Amino acid sequence: MRTPLGRVRGYGSARSGTEHFIQQRLTAIANIPLTIVAVLIVISLIGRNHAAVAQILGSTPVAIVMLLFIISIFYHMKIGMQVIIEDYVHEERAKYLLLILNAFFAIAAGFSSIYAILKLSFGV
Amino acid sequence: MADAKGPAARPLSPHLTIYRPMLTMMMSIAHRITGAALYVGSILLAWWLLAAASGPNAYATFQSAASSSIGRIVLFGYTWALVHHMLGGLRHLIWDTGHGFGAAEREWLARANLAGSVALTIILWIVGGYLMGGLR
Repeated sequence: MRTPLGRVRGYGSARSGTEHFIQQRLTAIANIPLTIVAVLIVISLIGRNHAAVAQILGSTPVAIVMLLFIISIFYHMKIGMQVIIEDYVHEERAKYLLLILNAFFAIAAGFSSIYAILKLSFGV
Repeated sequence: MADAKGPAARPLSPHLTIYRPMLTMMMSIAHRITGAALYVGSILLAWWLLAAASGPNAYATFQSAASSSIGRIVLFGYTWALVHHMLGGLRHLIWDTGHGFGAAEREWLARANLAGSVALTIILWIVGGYLMGGLR
């Protein structure tokens, strides 16, 4: 339904909206059981000393759940913030700058968390 | 059409300021705000995991920050945002199936979302704070 002018300018659907929607729902569904288990893990670690926390977080089942949890929430979070930016920031330069920073932050914070768990799991 | 001038003097659809605040509307806004808050809160999650991976000193720093009064307030807010956003997400997943759009249903869901998030947050903190003997 694009006008000829819109077609020439290259605006309009990037043909990736549905995929975006599906990914958000997919990660949302995954987040539910993963977050419940992650919260239970966190509660069980409250007040324990470093050695106990490091050992439990690095144990195979806990590490796997935490890795899945982190991948799912950070991806969900990146998609969600992208929607917020696209909804409210209409000035092109500011919008693209924020979209880039959003991707950088989600990847940096996500991979830092993944690195921490892998380090605990594989030993220092 | 990013640089196009908006059409002047045409009737515009009413925006937020026009509507009387309603629970369902507030819950929709709260879902987005809690999502954004969790985004910022993910720094705390990364900090916690990196502290645990870095060693006893780094972990002690995290623990003292987390158990300070400001730390507790932030973590309590983080817990509520997490629970609220998850229950709000469940509401959206129900809507995705095409159910729950009736007047009574959506009102009931909004109330359950709010009451459930407050109740679950308090329960989690009672469990975390007392039963597990943490955050003394």
